Amino acid sequence: MRQLVVIGNGMVGHRLVEAVLSRDTDTPWQITVLGEEPRPAYDRVALSSYFDGSGEEELRLPDLAERPGVQVLLGESAAALDRGARTVTTSAGRILAYDELVLATGSSAFVPPVSGRDLPGCHVYRTIDDLEGITATAAAATGRGDTAGVVVGGGLLGLEAANALTLLGMQAHVVEMAPWLMPRQVDEGGGAVLGRLVDDTGVVCHTGAALAGIEPAPDGAGLRVLLGEEGPDRRIVDAGIVVFSVGVRPRDELARSAGLEIGPRGGAAIDAACRTSDPRIYAVGECASAEGTVYGLVAPGNAMAEVAADNLAGGDAAFTGGDTATKLKLLGVDVASFGDAQGATEGALEVVVNDAPGGTYAKLVVSDDATTLLGGVLVGDASAYAGLRPLVGRELPGDPLDLIAGDRGGSGGGVGVAALPDDAQVCSCNAVTKGAITTAIAEGETDIPALKACTKAGTSCGSCVPMLKNLLADSGIEQSSALCEHFEYSRAELVEIITATGVSTFSELIDRHGTGRGCDICKPAVASVLASLGGGHILDGEQAALQDTNDHFLANLQRNGTYSVVPRVPGGEITPDKLVVIGEVAREFGLYTKITGAQRIDLLGARVEQLPAVWARLVEAGFESGHAYGKALRTVKSCVGSTWCRYGVQDSVGMAIRLEMRYRGLRSPHKLKSAVSGCARECAEARSKDFGIIATDTGWNLYVGGNGGFTPRHAELLAADLDDETLVRYIDRYLMFYIRTADRLQRTSAWIEQLDGGLGHLRAVVVEDSLGIAAELEQDMQRHTAGYADEWRGVLEDPEKLERFVSFANAPDAPDPTIAFDIERDQPVPTGPVALGMPEPPAREPATAPSGGAARHEPAGTPV
Amino acid sequence: MSLPAREPATAPTGGAARHEPAREPADPDRLRVAACGSDKLGAERGVAVLLPDGGQVAVFRTHDDVLYAVGNIDPFSGAAVMSRGIVGDRAGEPTVASPMLKQVFSLRTGRCLDEPEVGLSTYAVELRDGVVHVCTRPDEGTTT
Repeated sequence: MRQLVVIGNGMVGHRLVEAVLSRDTDTPWQITVLGEEPRPAYDRVALSSYFDGSGEEELRLPDLAERPGVQVLLGESAAALDRGARTVTTSAGRILAYDELVLATGSSAFVPPVSGRDLPGCHVYRTIDDLEGITATAAAATGRGDTAGVVVGGGLLGLEAANALTLLGMQAHVVEMAPWLMPRQVDEGGGAVLGRLVDDTGVVCHTGAALAGIEPAPDGAGLRVLLGEEGPDRRIVDAGIVVFSVGVRPRDELARSAGLEIGPRGGAAIDAACRTSDPRIYAVGECASAEGTVYGLVAPGNAMAEVAADNLAGGDAAFTGGDTATKLKLLGVDVASFGDAQGATEGALEVVVNDAPGGTYAKLVVSDDATTLLGGVLVGDASAYAGLRPLVGRELPGDPLDLIAGDRGGSGGGVGVAALPDDAQVCSCNAVTKGAITTAIAEGETDIPALKACTKAGTSCGSCVPMLKNLLADSGIEQSSALCEHFEYSRAELVEIITATGVSTFSELIDRHGTGRGCDICKPAVASVLASLGGGHILDGEQAALQDTNDHFLANLQRNGTYSVVPRVPGGEITPDKLVVIGEVAREFGLYTKITGAQRIDLLGARVEQLPAVWARLVEAGFESGHAYGKALRTVKSCVGSTWCRYGVQDSVGMAIRLEMRYRGLRSPHKLKSAVSGCARECAEARSKDFGIIATDTGWNLYVGGNGGFTPRHAELLAADLDDETLVRYIDRYLMFYIRTADRLQRTSAWIEQLDGGLGHLRAVVVEDSLGIAAELEQDMQRHTAGYADEWRGVLEDPEKLERFVSFANAPDAPDPTIAFDIERDQPVPTGPVALGMPEPPAREPATAPSGGAARHEPAGTPV
Repeated sequence: MSLPAREPATAPTGGAARHEPAREPADPDRLRVAACGSDKLGAERGVAVLLPDGGQVAVFRTHDDVLYAVGNIDPFSGAAVMSRGIVGDRAGEPTVASPMLKQVFSLRTGRCLDEPEVGLSTYAVELRDGVVHVCTRPDEGTTT
C-alpha cells in the first residue's frame, strides 16, 4: 500500500483522485485528500448556476470518500510540509505520511490594493461561502433600497459575477480597466460588440476605468465606489455591494515555505510530468506553473491531473500546454475564443466579419499563407465555435471568410460538419465528438431524440442540433418531419398550408393534402391549428370530432374516467365569495379538491354527465374555463408583487391578470405556462415557465423557453427593462411565432433549441422584427383576443353541444357503474388500485356483468 | 370491473366454445338494445351504451357511415372511456385510440394495433328505423 496525499479538494484535485483510481496499478494507493472548505468538492465552473436556482447539491461532484482506499478530510488544510520526513501536518494537528504528494491548492481571488477594499459589503467571487455572503449582502442592500452592485473586473469571471448580481435583483455595474470587456479572450472589435450586447442586457459597463477606492456611503450602510482620477473625470457609483473579480493568484504558500521552485508568475514550477522540483511532489491546476504559465481555467487543470495520475502509475504522459479555448453564454450573450485569438503568431492574418448592427462579431486568425486555422473570436453568435475549435492547427476546409460569413442559411455553423475530423467536438457542452455521433448513427440511432439520449450531444445549449441533423443526413438518413401516416407535412407546414389556402375543415385538408381519415395524432394537431387561427368554438361542427377527450369535454380526463374541472383564477387572485362558491360546488357534487401547482383549485372526480351542472354553477358565479385541459395557455402565476410585498418593485398581480386575460384560451402546440415575479427574488418561479416575467426597478425582464416537466429548463432572458406595452407586444409576437412554427407537442424550450440560430434568432424576430412579420403576428394575437369567448358558457348555451355530455346514449343520466370512490384523508379518491400496467392476454371482456369487482362498485353518485 | 388481468378466474380462456351456452336460442330482439337515434351519433365520434346487465359498449360511426361497436372498457387502464376516443384509420383500417394512454384499436376486430395480444370485444351493431341497435352479447371469437 502506497500513501498518496492530495492537498486540495477542488475540481482538479477531485479529477486527479478519479484519474488515479481509474488506473490499475500493482500496488494500490491509500489516498488522503485534504479539503480546506468544510463542504464536499463542487463544480466551481458552474458556480454561477447557484444563483439560477441550483443548490449546492446540484453542484456537488461525486463523493470520493465512498471509494475504497480514499479518505477525505473536510475543513482541514495543510499547515506544513516536511519534505525530508515526507509528512504533511494538517491544521488539525494530524501528521500524514506520504510516498507521493500532489499539490492541488488552486488559487485565490486577487483583490487590488485599493483603499476601502476591506469594508463590509466587499466580496470576492470564488467559493460557495463567497456566494452565500454575496447573497446576504445583496438582500440587505436591496432591502434598504441600495440596488446598485459594482463588479470590479470585466473578464470572464467578472461578467459571471455581474450576471449573479442581476439575478439577485441588482443593477450591475462592471468596472474594467482595459478599454473593452474580456480583454484576455476578445480583441478590440469583438470587445466593442460585446460591450454593446452587455449594455443591452441592462448591465452598466465602465470600461477604461480605474478603481480609485471605496468609501462608506454617508448613510453608513452602503458603499461609494470611486472611478478614475480625482477631478472632473471622477465617477462615483453608489452601491450596496462590491464584488472583486480581477483575477486569481496561485495558492503557492505551502510550496514556497517547503522550498520548492516557484515559477516567474508564482505557482509551483512543474515539468512535463507535472512534477515539482521535488520528484515526490506533483502540482496540478491553478497552483502550478508550467513553462512559466499559470492557467486559470479548468480544462488545462484537468489535463494536468490526467498527466500526473499517469506518471504516478508509472506512465510517462506529458503536459504540453493547455487548451485555453473558452465559450460562455452569460446574460444571454454568446462569447467564444479559441487558439491564437489575439493573432500573436508571427505573420498571422486576420479575417473579420463585424456586423455591429446585428450584434455579431467573428474573427479567424490564420497562418501567413491562409491555409491553417490558428484561432478565433466569436461574439454575439458562437454557433460556429463547435465546428471551428477542433480545426485549430489544421488545414482550413475552405475560404476562411465563408467559414464565418457563411452562417446565413442556417447550416448550423460556418463549417460543414462533413469537413470535421472525427475527434472534433460537435457538442462542446458535453464534449461529444463527431466520431461518437457517427458511431451512434452507425449503431442504429436514426433520429435526434435517440442521438441525444445515447450521446448526450445537443442536450445542453442545443446549438449543435443542426449539426446532428446534418450528420444524420450525411449518413443517408432522411429525417421525416411528417406528422403521421396521414400527412407528410410538419405541423408548421400545415399552418402555412391552412393559412395560404384558407382551408377551414379537417376533411377538406386531408382530402386535398393528406391520405386516409386521420388519427389521434393529426386530428388534435389540426384542431389546435384551426383553433389558434380563429376557428370559433372548438366543438363547432366537424371540429368536435377532432378533439382529444380533454378538449371534447372541456375538462381533464383522470385515471378512472372522471374529469377534473379547473376554473380560471387569473393571477391566483380570488375573492372570498368566489372561494365559497368553489367550496359549495365541490361539496354538492362530491368532488375532491386540491390547490394546483399553478395557484388554482382543481375539482376532481366529476362524471361526464355532471360537467354541465358543475359549470353552470361556476359560470353563474363569474368563473370561466381555466383551460386546464387543452394545449392552451393554462395559467399566469404571480407573487403578491409591490401591492403587498416589502421587496416587490412592480405590480406582478396586475400584470399576471392582464397577461392571463389576454392569452386565455390560446391554442398552441403544447400547453403554455407563465408567471410574473414582482422582484428578482422570483417567488412566482417565472423562469420555469414558457414565458416568465420578472420585475426590475425600471420595467420588466422577459424570459422565454423555460419548462418544468420531464426535461426541466430555465427560461432565458429575451429582453430587459420593458415597459408594459412593449412587454405585451413582445409576448404577442413570441407566442404567435411559436404557434406558427413549432412542431406538434413541442414545448417552447425544445422549439427554441431547434430554431436555427436559437435564442439569438428568436430575439431578432421578436425584438428587431428581422423577418418583417411582427405586425402580422400582433394582428393574429389581436384577432384571438377579440374573438375569445368562454368555452364552458358556449356549451351551456348550445343545446346541441349539451346533449353530448351524457354518460350513456341510452341512459343519459345513469352514472357509469365502473366509477367508484374510496375516502382518503376525508375526500373521495378513485377506488384503487387502478390497473395501469399491461393486462394479461387475452383481454376479452366477459359476456356477463362485471362480477369479481362488483362489490366495490357501489352506486356512483354518492361518493361522500 | 371486467379487467381479465385482475380477474383471471372469470376471463374466458377456451375460445369460442366457451360462449356457446350463452347463445341459447332466444328472441333476437331480447339480445339487442336500442342505443340512440342515428342523429345522436356524429361521424367519427362514439357514444357509450349501457347494457341491461351493466356492461358497456362503445358505438362509433366512421366517416363512410359504417357503424362499429366494441367494449367500452379500456383494457389498459380499466376505465370505461373507449367511446370517447378519437376515430381514424391506420393504413385504411378503421381505428379508435384510447383517450387514456392512446393505444390504438381496430374497430373491425377490436385488436389493439400497438399490443397485438390485447383486444376489445366487438359487438354487432345495426341501424333500424333510424335507431342504432347494439347486440348485448359480444361477437364470438373475434378477439384472442
